[in-house]
Order: sequence, then C-alpha cells, then structure tokens
Amino acid sequence: MTLIAGEGLSLNLGGQRILDQVDIRLEPGEMLGLIGPNGAGKSSLLKLLTGLHHAERGTLRITGRAGSDLTREQRSRRIAWLGQQREVHWPLSVETLIELGRAPHLGPWEQPSAEDREIIERVIEQTDLRSLRRRPFNTLSGGEQARVLLARALATEPQILLADEPIAALDIAHQLDMLTLLSRYCREGRGVILVLHDLPLAAHFCDRLQLLHQGRTLAVGSAGAVLSAQHLKTAYQVIPTSAYTSETFAIPWQRINHPG
Amino acid sequence: MTINQHRLLGLLATGLFLLLLLSMFTGSQTLPLYQALSESLAGSDSIPAIILTEVRLPRSLIALFAGATLGLCGAVMQSLLRNPLASPGLVGSASGAVLGAVVALYFGLAGHWPGTLPLSGILGSLGATLLAYLLAGRNGGTLSLILAGVAINAFALALVSLLLNLAPSPYAVQEIALWMLGSLANSSLQDLWILLPGTLLGWLLLMRLGQALDLLSLGEETSQSMGVDLPRLRRRVFLAVALAVGSAVSVTGAIGFIGLVVPHLLRPLTGHRPSRLLAASALGGAILLLAADIVVRLLPAQTEIKVGVLTSLIGAPFFLYLIIQHRRSHA
Repeated sequence: MTLIAGEGLSLNLGGQRILDQVDIRLEPGEMLGLIGPNGAGKSSLLKLLTGLHHAERGTLRITGRAGSDLTREQRSRRIAWLGQQREVHWPLSVETLIELGRAPHLGPWEQPSAEDREIIERVIEQTDLRSLRRRPFNTLSGGEQARVLLARALATEPQILLADEPIAALDIAHQLDMLTLLSRYCREGRGVILVLHDLPLAAHFCDRLQLLHQGRTLAVGSAGAVLSAQHLKTAYQVIPTSAYTSETFAIPWQRINHPG
Repeated sequence: MTINQHRLLGLLATGLFLLLLLSMFTGSQTLPLYQALSESLAGSDSIPAIILTEVRLPRSLIALFAGATLGLCGAVMQSLLRNPLASPGLVGSASGAVLGAVVALYFGLAGHWPGTLPLSGILGSLGATLLAYLLAGRNGGTLSLILAGVAINAFALALVSLLLNLAPSPYAVQEIALWMLGSLANSSLQDLWILLPGTLLGWLLLMRLGQALDLLSLGEETSQSMGVDLPRLRRRVFLAVALAVGSAVSVTGAIGFIGLVVPHLLRPLTGHRPSRLLAASALGGAILLLAADIVVRLLPAQTEIKVGVLTSLIGAPFFLYLIIQHRRSHA
C-alpha cells in the first residue's frame, strides 16, 4: 500500500503561492529526500502532509485513505513530524519527552501501558540515549537534543516519518548516525521523507530524490538523474566544477562504530 | 528534585487538611471546637455552633476553593502560554471580575440581593476574557494573546478608576476600594454557594487538558502534529479560567500572586511536567491562601489586614526574585 500519494497539491500562504501542482509519492520501505534551494517549499510540503497546512487544490491519500477523512488523532498515529526548531519549553527529562511520543496512542487520562513502556525502552536503546535518560533536555548538546527529538518521533511508531532538516547543525559523525538510524527505520515497511541541504548525503542515503524549485517539482527520481548539471543550475544557480561527475556523491568518510 | 506524583499529592492534601483544621481554631473568639461541632450537629443554634458553621467554615472553604482555583489556573495559563511569568488573570478574567463587581457596588445593585455583586463579577470576567480572545484572533500566537490580555486588563482597570472617580460619596469610594483589596472576612455560606458552580465547572473543563498541555511544551506546531486541537484547547482554557477565576475574584476581591507563585514553587517537584503540575498547584494554591488567611486572622491589628494585601506584600518581592532568576538563566 502506497504510504503517501499526493497529486496536484497547491498551497497559498499569506496571499503567496508556496506550492504549485506538486505530486509526491512515498512507498513502504522508501526514504525520499526533498531537496531544493531555500524558499522552494520543502518545509511547507512536509507541513501540508502532516496536516499543519491545508492544500487549496489537489488530492492527498495517506496509507490509502483520503487525508481529509483522517481525524487529527488518526493522522497523528500514522505520521510523525520533526520540525526544524528544537523547541522544548520546560526542562523536561529525556525520558519524559520520549514518553510524550506515545501520547497519540493514549487517551487524555491514560497512563502508558506495559507495552508502551516496552516501546519507549526499545527506542531509548535504538537511539543510544540510555545514559542520558534522566537528564533535562536543556542541558544536552545540540546533537543529543536532535537525537532525543527523533526518539520522541520514533516512539509514536508512525508508518510515515517526516523530518525537516534533521541533520542541520550536526557534526559529520552525528549526521551519519542520524541518517543511518532513519534508513534503518524505513526497512520495516515504513517510509521516511527528509528535507536535506547536503546533496551528497541526500544522494547517498535516499532511495529517491525530489527537487523542488519555486514551489514546483523540477525533477524526481534517482540521484544521478535529479542532480544533473542542468537541474543544479536552474534550482541553485550553481554550475559543476571539474571535480563533478555523477559518481561524486560518495561520502569521503564513514563512521568507525555505528551506534546500536 | 522530582518526587513521586502520588506522594507529592498526598503530602499536599495532608497539609491542606491540617491547615483546614487549624483554621477552625483560629479567629478573634476562642472557640470550644468539640462543643461547637456537637452542638451544630445536634442542630442547636448556640453561639459556638453558629461561629463554626456560618463564620469559620465558609471562610475557610472559600479560601480553599479560591486558592485552589488561583493555583490551578496559574499553572494552566503558564503551561498554555509556555511562560513562567503568566498569571491566571493575564487574559482579563480577574480585572473583568473586579470591573463587574465594582459596577454592582457603584450602582448599589448589591443592596437588593447580595448575590448581585459576584454574579456581576462573573459576567465581567466572561466578557473581558471573550474580548481578549476575540482581540487576539482565532489563530493568534502567544504574543498576541498576551498583548490582548494586557490591553483588556488596562482598559478594565481604567474603567474601575473612572467609577471610583465618579463615585457619589466618599463612603462609596471607600466601600469599593476596600472590596478591591481582596478579603475573606465576612464570607458567608451564601458566598460559598455563589462561588461553587463556576469554580467546579471551570475545574471540570480543565481536568482533561493535562496531556495536551504536556504536548504543547514541544511547541505549537509539533503539538498539533501530535493531535492537539490548539484553537479548541485555547477556547476551553479561556472559558474555564474566566468561570473559575471570575467566581473566585467576585467573592474574595483581587488576591494577587498566588496563581503566579504556587506553580513556580511546585514545578521542579513535578519534573516540570504540566500535566503533573495541575493538581499539585490546585492543592498548593489552597494551602497558600488558607495559610495567608490564618496569618491575617492572627495578626494583632486594630483593623484586620486584608489577605489580598498580605499575598501581594509577600508575592511582589518573590516576583522580583523570579525576574532576576529568569534574567540569570537567560544571560
């Protein structure tokens, strides 16, 4: 079953056309990279899929059901969204934050069940947060904070994970760790859409890339096809240097030990 | 610093019960409590029985309910606006209630039926809060809510000043001014009956909001992506606070700082988690107002110090301390 099938999605915000007739698909097990220059509409597209924005035109099906048919709660169980901002307003502990990830599955009075606890423990293991579990969020480093917020999203066990620049402000090792975690999450029949600015990393980790430019899809498909000299020039106003070949998307380093 | 939730609530409830007991002994008359209790249970209208059931019990219960409302609504407002300096009256409920009550006093409406004053206060609270809500706009952000609240508060207090200015006699001015100081003295059983419906309705509306307020600590958009209906949450909080704070202020007058201070003191003990703070703050608010009222009863003064004056005297320096702390942690 296709996880996300959006066709002709258009969005206006504040009288401005943000997205114009965008198609987007996400299949189970797939990691899709959304790329494009600043202001191309990548974040807005993720928010539209999450339900934070509403499309003026177009159809959107999520796990086979019309997006508009899903209640807020149903949608929040299927899709987890990781925004760009790492905001947490009170010094909540790491454990509490991850526990909040179970909230879409719980009633307003309900305490996490034994099964919920198991999921929380598993996520803590996967994200290597065991030693930090009692620490207040505000005392963590940027990389640790990013990992905690990812863990919060993973704890929801959504079929679809949407992450807006999840590796911004992370060092190269943590970037690799984060992307490895996300691509592992996809393998279990789930899907991930990432907004990325690092094109080599996007090419390396994502199954497909979708290049947005001025609210429209400029290209979609394999990294080699999408990151052509012509597309880069149109979207980013850059031209390849002599170092560029379509094989240069390799990452010139790798992690000594992957966590977990 | 976090302690077990059940233990914390148990400790607070025990403390509140002991204070309630203590408040039965405290007053200008020494009351033989056992005699008063047995006589009132026997239906006798002896003086000790009357002091117990018609003076001390209503006064203490009003302190309990009003204090709990202030603590609870303070915790809810701080969680909703994600601002530790928010108070229950921020969106206009308290100043609206004061305006409503002062209108009743000014036009002498309270003379016809004593319930007129608090009812007018509750209406004022609902009106002011509704106005602040409309002013901020349906999808207004936190900042526009705060600004709308500030504007409504200022306008309501300006109208109160106008009425004081136009008051026909010095006696009327004095009556209004003294009422505004906030006091539990002269509370009657009837006041308690007037206080209860709005208070309980407000509490009921707030009871199920813990989880949504927890999620809101992740930011507005993330909370919405996790199933929180933010406009609905805001409407509910505004209505609940207007009802509960409006009822409390209409009966007791303006009692400051409890709603600000109590959530602050208890937050570290609840792991900073909004859902755990609600019940704890309600109990804490009840404890603080009841304790303040006991102190007021014990102070040897020609004129009894109003409890609102006492809470402000203690609360204002504490507020300054909070600002300094806040500045340090954000420096």
